[in-house]
Amino acid sequence: MVRLPYLTALTTLFSYGLLFAFGQLRDFFRKLIDWSRSKSKDLRGYAPICLGLEDFYTRRLYLRIQDCFSRPIASAPDAWIDVVERYSNDNNKTLHRTSNTTKCLNLGSYNYLGFAAADEYCTPRVIDSLKRYSPSTCSVRVDGGTTNLHTELEELVARFVGKPAAILFGMGYVTNSAIIPALIGKGGLIISDSLNHNSIVNGARGSGAAVRVFQHNSPSHLEDVLREQIAEGLPRTHRPWKKIIVIVEGIYSMEGELCKLPEIIAVCKKYKAYTYLDEAHSIGAIGKSGRGVCELLGVDPADVDIMMGTFTKSFGSCGGYIAASKEIIQYLKYTCPAHLYATSMSPPAVQQVISAIKVILGEDGSNRGAQKLAHIRENSNFFRSELQKMGFEVLGDNDSPVMPIMLYNPAKIPAFSRECLRQNVAVVTVAFPATPLLLARARICISASHSKEDLMKCLEVISKVGDLVGIKYFPAEPRKHAEQEKKNL
Amino acid sequence: MNMTTAALDWVTVVFDAPLARAVVFGVHIDGHLVVEVLLVAVILFQLTRKSYKPPKKPLTEKEIDDLCEEWVPEPLYPPITEEMKTEPPVLESAAGPHTVIDGKEVVNFASANYLGLLGNENIADSCISSLEKYGVGSCGPRGFYGTIDVHLDCETRIAKFMGTPDSILYSYGISTIFSVIPAFCKKGDIIVTDEGVHWGVQNGLYLSRSTVVYFKHNDMASLESTLEKLTHKNKRAEKIRRYIVVEAIYQNSGQIAPLNEIVRLKEKYRFRVILDESHSFGVLGNSGRGLAEYYGVPIEKIDIITAGMGNALATDGGFCTGSVRVVDHQRLSSSGYVFSASLPPYLASAAISAVNYLEDNPSVLTQLRSNIALLWKGLSDLPGLAIASHPLSPIIYLKLKKSTGSFKSDLELLNVITDRVLKEDSVFIVSTKRSVLDKCRLPVGIRLFVSAGHSESDIHKVCDSLTRVAALVLV
Repeated sequence: MVRLPYLTALTTLFSYGLLFAFGQLRDFFRKLIDWSRSKSKDLRGYAPICLGLEDFYTRRLYLRIQDCFSRPIASAPDAWIDVVERYSNDNNKTLHRTSNTTKCLNLGSYNYLGFAAADEYCTPRVIDSLKRYSPSTCSVRVDGGTTNLHTELEELVARFVGKPAAILFGMGYVTNSAIIPALIGKGGLIISDSLNHNSIVNGARGSGAAVRVFQHNSPSHLEDVLREQIAEGLPRTHRPWKKIIVIVEGIYSMEGELCKLPEIIAVCKKYKAYTYLDEAHSIGAIGKSGRGVCELLGVDPADVDIMMGTFTKSFGSCGGYIAASKEIIQYLKYTCPAHLYATSMSPPAVQQVISAIKVILGEDGSNRGAQKLAHIRENSNFFRSELQKMGFEVLGDNDSPVMPIMLYNPAKIPAFSRECLRQNVAVVTVAFPATPLLLARARICISASHSKEDLMKCLEVISKVGDLVGIKYFPAEPRKHAEQEKKNL
Repeated sequence: MNMTTAALDWVTVVFDAPLARAVVFGVHIDGHLVVEVLLVAVILFQLTRKSYKPPKKPLTEKEIDDLCEEWVPEPLYPPITEEMKTEPPVLESAAGPHTVIDGKEVVNFASANYLGLLGNENIADSCISSLEKYGVGSCGPRGFYGTIDVHLDCETRIAKFMGTPDSILYSYGISTIFSVIPAFCKKGDIIVTDEGVHWGVQNGLYLSRSTVVYFKHNDMASLESTLEKLTHKNKRAEKIRRYIVVEAIYQNSGQIAPLNEIVRLKEKYRFRVILDESHSFGVLGNSGRGLAEYYGVPIEKIDIITAGMGNALATDGGFCTGSVRVVDHQRLSSSGYVFSASLPPYLASAAISAVNYLEDNPSVLTQLRSNIALLWKGLSDLPGLAIASHPLSPIIYLKLKKSTGSFKSDLELLNVITDRVLKEDSVFIVSTKRSVLDKCRLPVGIRLFVSAGHSESDIHKVCDSLTRVAALVLV
């Protein structure tokens, strides 16, 4: 939970107000200058792409700190990356690449198990499959796009996750957007967590069903919403809902929190609602053998109706999957638009996932998988406790490899990001609209390929930059030590 | 007795109090005036009350419990029918012009490998060096260290090839169009689109919440009358954004959109054009630059061009290109770009090599065109099946001359044909499959994807095979 100090809230609002005022002033002068210059003939009669305040945030706030986002890299997204230096001639409006790179420690990529760069077991097999099946099948799954690799991976994923069958897609975002409309339509109800990812929101909107939101990670509020909705039925006719699906995520990527899965499943079972679990960040990264949030919290996979996940994060590839009962998968293979109309997943990417899962399960003959899983757990817990000791406000539960550090103030976002880059640590800062306006944060993703020295260096740099920028909101122990020393003196 | 008299005395004293004897504007205010004013106030108060309605009692906890007990949800999936259980054939090698299914070598007309780039040595080499340098995935969205220099190189290369200022890469072919449309079209905008567009476009239109108007498939007269109707009465039409969304080569029918007509109409009625060139990029035009080159229309006249790279370029992903304003706007407001991991770097380097190959060897386009012409000639006289696509389209669409009346039975008949062709003659062709969610109502048929890598014998083989099986099944 976020504990926002009162003074910080005031200063943050004041900063945003100031930025807004300056932005409006600049817009006013821009309008004057445009009015004195004539508009080109071609655009007369066409309404502009963005009117007025629609892109105010982009033009006046985001462009000032554009160099903190979309930083290009010139190497694999491993523990150490080469960040390309960019310069700007017009105050950050356009950025140009140079050919210089700086080697930085990578705290931003979703590389939980360290499969991002060339791996000794996976890469030779991927290159073999590339030579055999070529980079793409140029065809949709139901036509000529299914190869033995695809069928092998579907069985392997089903076995790994603990469900009877699975289906693959070439992109995680499309998985959510195309599956939810296939499962539920008009007359159904979707209840989703308030902090769900944009792909789930898009899928829910695209399905035509009614959507209700329950408070983040609160099974009691979910129960209230369910009771109220089942009793009331459809909005004006009060007819009963056709079906209800509750959508939650395993790890919420902006909070680092785990979902309260056992309680939510209990509530859903009591009210006969179906559950859909999106394990994009948690599959492969948590749990004793990497099987995700179900294993960590002791939930039987058979209790969750549909389990979805992506291969981008822990497996170092691309694509997504859905694992459910055999009948649901058969039905989805028959009607899901992403299966019928979208190019099938690239065969080398499929091979990468197969090899990665084999390493995690230990089926490649070594115990690298178990080592990686233990490594990431130790790294996450160590890093989180150290940051909390230093006085930062860190969100997220234990064992979760995602840790956001609260920044709040808009000026601290570029300050933190640029200062860390100067000290050769690459961090990710997130602001509105991905997070609420006042709650800007820096998000750290720990990887199994970070060594202990890397983590110590990170902690040193973050502590120094934190002092400089002023984000140690809850200094607990250092002050106590200082007071005790004073007392002793 | 004493109390009542005392009370009456008290009341008279109150009424004779100085206030009661005041004189306001020459009118004596006596005690009884106070009572009358009070009564009038009470009457007015009652008149302003609403009429009585019995209060709505909220449901008690027990009633809610009972309702929840009674409610029975529908199952998550409908009953599984036989047709849902069929599995597509599994390939055991690359999906080139010849592939291996079930241990047998077959001639493959089911992959959109238009330029025959699957199995090309240069592309494979660039992929391998990319894999060794960058690994497979990019492990992050474009905003958070997922931008690798090959992505930026690919974007510049494609923009240079198309002749536009800039382009933007998406990580999946189908997500390109359904992210681009909601980024530009918002609630209240008007979109005019063909009724035969594929599901990706339909989904994008639905997500954009704009007003969508359909015109008859590839019929320019219908388009003109729709545009006329929309702009004629609406004076406010100047302020809202208006778009025409068309595909260059329609996936659902193989027709080609007449771009010169569309551009003329767009300029007359002041609409913007969004063109989906998934199947025409690398195919139409003298150097493969797409529909604009084929019709000789300057590329600046088309506002937004999107394409999936999973067809002619033999990789995966998609791109969108246009003016600088168009491309920059998508970098922050296109959900498929911002909220999704970026394209794997080896696919981006494959795209760069493919575009380089296409620019260096334009003869591959003439080869493709002669293959299409040859196949057209061979298939123009089939018993029971007629060609429904444009002569230049690399997707050759065969539909039943006499439809049985419903999609389902048509599809069953076509599936019988394709199964027999595969089993008996080792030729792999496919019928169109429609999802339950697809709104397109164009007829189903058999699709053949022609590649520049097909040889003459392949083409003769498929013609002979189809003639034989169609005669057996349909007559």
